[in-house]
Amino acid sequence: MILVDLDALASCLTSPACLVTQTTSGLIIGMLLFLVAVGLTLIFGVLKVVNFSHGAFYMFGAYFAMTAYQLTGSFALAILSGAVGTALLGLIFERAFMSRVYGRDVLMQLLVCYAFVLIFDDVVRMIWGPEFRSMGMPAAFQVPPLFIAGGVVPPYYLLLIGVALAAAVVLGLGLARSRIGKVIRAAAHNPGMVSALGINTGLIYGGVFALGGMLAGLAGALAAPVRSLTPGMGFSVLIESFIVTVIGGMGSILGALIGALLIGLIRSFGSLGFPLFTEGLMYLFMVIVLVSRPTGLFGKEVA
Amino acid sequence: MLEVEKVNAAGGLAGRQIEMVIRDSKGQPQEAARIARELVNTDGCEMLLDGEASSGSFAVHEVARDLGVLCIHTCSEASSLTADPKQHIPNAFRCVRQGIHDSIVGAGYAAGIAKAKSLKKWATCSPDYAYGRDTTGEFVLYLKKFAPDVEIISESWPKLFQPDYTEVVTKILQAKPQALYSCLWGGDLTSYIDQANIYAMFNQMEVFAVNMADYTALTVVKNLPKGIHSGDRYIKTFPPTPENAAWGDAYRAKYNEYPTNWSWQNATAVMFLNEAVKKVNSTDGKKVAEALTGLTIKCPFGADGTVTMRADDHTLVGYAIGWGTTIPQEPYVPDVKAGDWKTIFELEAEWKKSKGYT
Repeated sequence: MILVDLDALASCLTSPACLVTQTTSGLIIGMLLFLVAVGLTLIFGVLKVVNFSHGAFYMFGAYFAMTAYQLTGSFALAILSGAVGTALLGLIFERAFMSRVYGRDVLMQLLVCYAFVLIFDDVVRMIWGPEFRSMGMPAAFQVPPLFIAGGVVPPYYLLLIGVALAAAVVLGLGLARSRIGKVIRAAAHNPGMVSALGINTGLIYGGVFALGGMLAGLAGALAAPVRSLTPGMGFSVLIESFIVTVIGGMGSILGALIGALLIGLIRSFGSLGFPLFTEGLMYLFMVIVLVSRPTGLFGKEVA
Repeated sequence: MLEVEKVNAAGGLAGRQIEMVIRDSKGQPQEAARIARELVNTDGCEMLLDGEASSGSFAVHEVARDLGVLCIHTCSEASSLTADPKQHIPNAFRCVRQGIHDSIVGAGYAAGIAKAKSLKKWATCSPDYAYGRDTTGEFVLYLKKFAPDVEIISESWPKLFQPDYTEVVTKILQAKPQALYSCLWGGDLTSYIDQANIYAMFNQMEVFAVNMADYTALTVVKNLPKGIHSGDRYIKTFPPTPENAAWGDAYRAKYNEYPTNWSWQNATAVMFLNEAVKKVNSTDGKKVAEALTGLTIKCPFGADGTVTMRADDHTLVGYAIGWGTTIPQEPYVPDVKAGDWKTIFELEAEWKKSKGYT
C-alpha cells in the first residue's frame, strides 16, 4: 500500500502535460466549490446567519436542470432553470422561515436549517424518487477532450470554469461598484442605519438569500451532467464549502474564491502525492490557517 | 413479492398463506438486530428474510443464532458470513452471490483478456471501505495468479459516496495503465463514468467494473461507453434461457422497472422455501432447515437450470455467474462468458484453507 508517493508528485510537477491536466482538474473542483461557498459567505456576511441548508440549493439546482433538460432538450435552459428556480426557492425560504430567526440564538438557527436539510431531501425523494439519477452530457459536449501541452482538458470543463469565473467577476464588481452593491455592503455593516435611511432591509435580505441560493443552484446545474443526482447530494458539498469559507474568511468573496481554488488544487495534486491522505490534507490546511489566522485568509477582524 | 404471490396463489406453504411483515432498519446494524428480534418475538414471524448489507447481516445472523429462527440472508456478499465456520448455525442460510466467487470468475475472465491483449499495467479504483478493499484485494490476488506478469501501477481509494472523481480520473490518466479494475457501484459508479467519459478514459484503457451490469446502473447512465467489462448482476439474457427472460419480463410488467441483483436473490430464497416446505410438508423451522440443507431446486437463475444450497456451509452455489462487455442499449451485455463452477469450487476450497476456515 502506497502511503506517500512524492515521486509521482515530483514527476508531475516537472511535466507540463501533467501540470495542465491536474491544474484544470483542481480548477473545476475549485470553481464549483466557489459558487456554493460564495453564496454561503455572502449570506453570512449580510444576514449573519450560517445557512446550514445551503447544500440543498445545490441539490435543487441539479434536479431542476435535469428536469428542464429532459423536457426541453436545451442545455442553456437547463442551466437557467437551475439558477432561476433556486433563486425563487431561496426567496420564498428566506421570507417564510429564515427571516423569523434573525438575531435569535445560533442554536435555533442551526436547528431550523437542519430541519430543512431533512425536509428538502425528502421533498426530492418524493418528486424525483430515492434512486440516483443522471442527467447525461449534452450532445454538444460529447466531443474528445482537448490536448493542451500534452495535458487533457475536457471542453465542458472549460465552459464550467468560464461560467464560474464570470459569476465571480460580475459578483465582485457588482458589490464593489453598483448602487445595489453599496446598499448591500452597508446593510452588512449597519442594518439599523440602512433601514433608517428608508431602505427596505427585508427586500435586501431576501434578495441576498436568493442570490446565494442562485449561485449554489448554478453550481448544481453545472455539475448535473457529470455527477449523479441523489437526495442528500448537497451535504458533502456543504461540508467542503464550510472548509472553504473558514479558510477564506467568513464574509469575504475574494476569500471564498482563493479558498475554493486552494482546496481544488490540494485535492488534485494531493491525490498524486498523498493518495490516502487527500481528505486529511484539506483539513490539515484548514487547521494551519485557523491557527495562524483565526479569521481566515481574507477575513476581517470582528469588531 | 412476485414469488410470494405465486406461492400463495398455489395454496401457500403447506396450506398456509405467507404473510409478509416488512421492516426497514435504515442500514443500522443495531436497529437491524432489534427489528429482527421484534419480528420474531412480538409479530410472531416464523422465518426471517434478511436483506441487510454485510454490516447488518452479521447482526441479524446473531439474532437467528440466539432465537433459533429460520433465517435466509438475501443481500450480503461478504464471503466470511458463511465461509467462516464460527458463523455456522443450522438455521441460517445465504441465498446470495458471493464475493469470493465473483473474484475468481472475474479475475479468470480478466486474465484471459490481459493475456490476449497483453495488458500488463493495471490500475484499481474502488471505494474505501470493507467491501471495496476486500473485493479488490481478492480480484488482484487471482488476477496475478492467472496472469503472473500483471502489475498494479496505481491504486485509488475514493470515499464512499464522494461526489467528484475528477482528481482520481486524472490521476489514473497520468499513470497510463492499460487496464483499470473498479468495484464502485450505484450512483458512485455512474458519476465516475460520466466524469471519466469526458476525459475519454474509456478509449485509453480496458475497464473492468464488476458492478456495471445491473439494470439500475445501466439504465441511468445516459452515455454508456461501449466495451466496459462487467460481471453479471442480474441480466435477463443471462443465463440465456426462456425461463430467465420470462421472469425478467414478468417482473418488469409488474413493477415497471427491471429486476436487480437483489430481486433474483430474494426470489430464489422464496423458491427454496417453497420446495423445502413441500418436501417435509411442514412449516416447522427446524424441519424446513433440515430440508434446505443440500437442497437442489430448479431455478431460472441457475447456471445449468438448477441452484443448490450447499450442505457444508449453507450457501448458494451453482447460480449463473459470468462476465461480458457492455453496449449502450439493450440487451446491454450481449455476450456473457459463463464462469466455470468446477474451477470456482477448487479455488474456493484452497482459499478457505488459506484463511484457516477448513
